[in-house]
Order: sequence, then C-alpha cells, then structure tokens
Amino acid sequence: MDGPALSPALRKYADPKSANRQETETLTGIRQDIVAEVPRLRRYALSLLRDSVAADDLVQDCLERGISRIHLFQPGTNLRAWLFTIMHNLHINAVLKARRAPPAGIRDDAAESHRSAIPASQGDGLMVRDLERALDKLSLDQKAVVLLVGVEGLSYAETAAVLEVPVGTVMSRLARGRRRLREIMEGNDQDSEESGS
Amino acid sequence: MSDMKNIGDAELNAFLDGELDQESQAVVSAWLAENPEDAARLDLMRRDRDLLTSLNSDVLSEPVPERFTTIVARTPTAPANNHHWMRAAAAIVLLLAGAAGGWIAHDQISPKQVVAKAGFVDQAVSAHVVFTKERRHAVEAKAEEKHLVRWLSKRVGRKLNPPNLNEAGYKLVGGRLVSDYGRPAAQFMFQTKDRKRLTLYVRSAPDEKETKFQIVEDRGVSAFYWIEKPYAYALIGKVDRKKLVALGEIVHTHLQSR
Repeated sequence: MDGPALSPALRKYADPKSANRQETETLTGIRQDIVAEVPRLRRYALSLLRDSVAADDLVQDCLERGISRIHLFQPGTNLRAWLFTIMHNLHINAVLKARRAPPAGIRDDAAESHRSAIPASQGDGLMVRDLERALDKLSLDQKAVVLLVGVEGLSYAETAAVLEVPVGTVMSRLARGRRRLREIMEGNDQDSEESGS
Repeated sequence: MSDMKNIGDAELNAFLDGELDQESQAVVSAWLAENPEDAARLDLMRRDRDLLTSLNSDVLSEPVPERFTTIVARTPTAPANNHHWMRAAAAIVLLLAGAAGGWIAHDQISPKQVVAKAGFVDQAVSAHVVFTKERRHAVEAKAEEKHLVRWLSKRVGRKLNPPNLNEAGYKLVGGRLVSDYGRPAAQFMFQTKDRKRLTLYVRSAPDEKETKFQIVEDRGVSAFYWIEKPYAYALIGKVDRKKLVALGEIVHTHLQSR
C-alpha cells in the first residue's frame, strides 16, 4: 500500500535503512570499547578530583557527551584518547567555572572543594598520601600530563592530542611536573604555582 | 636525540616512558651507567610513577557500575543517523513553516536537540509495544464509541481529535487511557487492513522543554515525536522514516488546526 503523497521536499530522502544498519554494528563495537575504558576514566577522574562522588559524576558527564557525539568518533583512531579528551575538557570547564565564581574556600581546582578523605588504597600509606598531596599542588596542566603519561599510559603524541598542545609542550610539562612532584615529596616545595607553557 | 651529549630531564623522562627509539635508548642506558646520580634520579622518578599508578587503582578491578553501562547503551540509533536526520528535520521544519504557520525556525535545530530523547517517549513506546500486541483488547474504547474522544480529551486536558489517516491506509481503531508515571496520557491506535498498527500518544507536558520534530528508534519501532507546550506528542509504528515523517506531518497539521 502506498503512503500519503510525499511532498517533494521529503521525497528525496532515500530509505536510509541499510546504511544505518551497518553504522549500528560499528556503533555496537564502539560502545563495548567505551565500556572497557570506563575503569580508566574513573581512575583518572578520581586522581583529578579525589572525591569518588564527584569523580563518578565527571565520568557520567564524559560518557553522556561521548555517546551524544559518538558519530564524531573515527573508528580506528584511539578511543581512549578520545574519551580522555572529552573528560579533560569537561574538567577544565568545571575548573574555569569554579574560578569565575569561586565559592568560599575553593582555591584553584575543582578538587579543592571535595577534599574528602579517600584512604590510600595500597600499602605505602604515608607515601601515597604525600604523593596525593603533592599531586594536588601541581597545576592542572602538569597534573594532567603526569597522570595521562605516567598512569594511563598514553604516549606523548596521544597526550598532546588530548590536551590540544604540541608534543614539545607535553614533554616540558611532564619534566617540570615530575620534578616538582619530587621536590614537594622531599619537602623542597618553595616555588609557587608554575603554569606550564 | 641521536646525538646526545648531555642527557637532561627530557631524555630521562622519555626513557622512562618508553618514548625513545632503540638507538637513543642505548645512548641513555650507557649514560646512566656512567652517571649514578642520574640513575638514582631516574629510579626515584620510576618509583613516583609506580606509586602514582597504584593510586586509585582499585577502581580498575571493580565491575563497571550499571549507571555507566546504561549511559553507554543509550539512544542506540539516534546519534548514528544524526546527520541524515538533521537534514530531514530541517526540511520538515521548512515545509511546516510554510504549511502550518511556522512555529519553529530551522535555525533552532541544534544537534543536541536532535539527539535528545524526551522522557515521555519511553512511555509512549512502552505503551505502543504492549498494546499493539493485543488482539481483542487493543483499545479501551473503540472508534465508533462516541465518548472516546471526549473522554480522552478530558483526561489529558486538551481537545483531542484523532487525525484522519485513511489516505495513508490507516483507520482509527480506538483509544485508551495510559498512565505515564502517574500522568494521564491518551493513546489512539490506527491500523491498516493487514493489521499494521500505529499509535498516537499525547499527554500534557507543562514543564518539559519544547523540542522540534525528532525520530528515535527503540525496541524495534520508530517514534516521531515533538513537544509543543504544553503537550507532548509521539507517533509510533514499525514504519520507515520517510513514511513516518509524512504521517507525522499530517498529524501535526491536523492537531495544529484544532
């Protein structure tokens, strides 16, 4: 049976069914891969925010945005880097927002507002606490590089893509961030916030 | 980095992170053997890195919370068809702007709105899936029963008059009252001679954001929906998009004219 007479403006839309089905299969694969990245996203968010509730909210925002833009993801490129890019941008926006209208007590980072005590997960209790505290003293730029390269295992090039900076900048931020971490750990933390170039 | 006279921070870091090619790696290794201070520094850097890696690593072994898998599974088809649908949506809007007084302008269509799925659509699709399976009790009140329209209009709070879709081969079967999270909703059911069914779902939506025409595919059916305050509408069926859009156009124009 024929449908209603289609107006000419609509007639040109060919039945997209077959093309869509193919798309959907690819998408199903991407979705599975996204789920596989969730643990790492959670860890990164936790390291950035140090509050499990805030961290999971960030993960949720990240996944929501990712899913709503899933058609923008190029299959074959690095999904992990893509997701971290989304998360990083969400986090930066939150930090900038908090800075613009700083509620009492918030210093620099969104993390500052949720300084709830998360017990160190592993044995080296004191050292881990020191390290967490040291990490909090880094600028967000440095912290992101130190975590993405050192913890999440992204290459310099991938990290550069996530942060949208040149590889050289990643390298200098990394060197400075790690050096600073060390200094803080050793108690030689006198220099003020240095915003990585 | 092939010609390394002096190994600095950058080289040590790149060495630690495995970013060096074999040749450079060998150069740094040789350097470290002769410069115990740097070797010690590298050890500390490595220890810091390992310590950092152990930080919050508990979540890595936790199962992925359902909260997240749900999000990832969401809107299975809408984003994929985004480009395509956006163009179609823009076309419909233009078309309707002429036909029905232009209550929306095409520049108001943004990707986000196209992707977003209004909450009521879930309910509308559920009602569709459940009741279109029924043979004898598909509707509560048949089309012939005069009170059908009056009754549902009263419950939903809007004068409803189901559109005539005969031209498209669909005849009104009747309708029923549906509970949408405690809110009364009207479902009209249409069917073709070979029992292909279509439902029109309407409920009040006083506090939902207006949306433009959208299509989602869910549980094997397509839903064409929109929210035009203060009501939300969905037209649902196992119909290809092209046809659904055309049907939606008829329905919208019809409802608009009341």
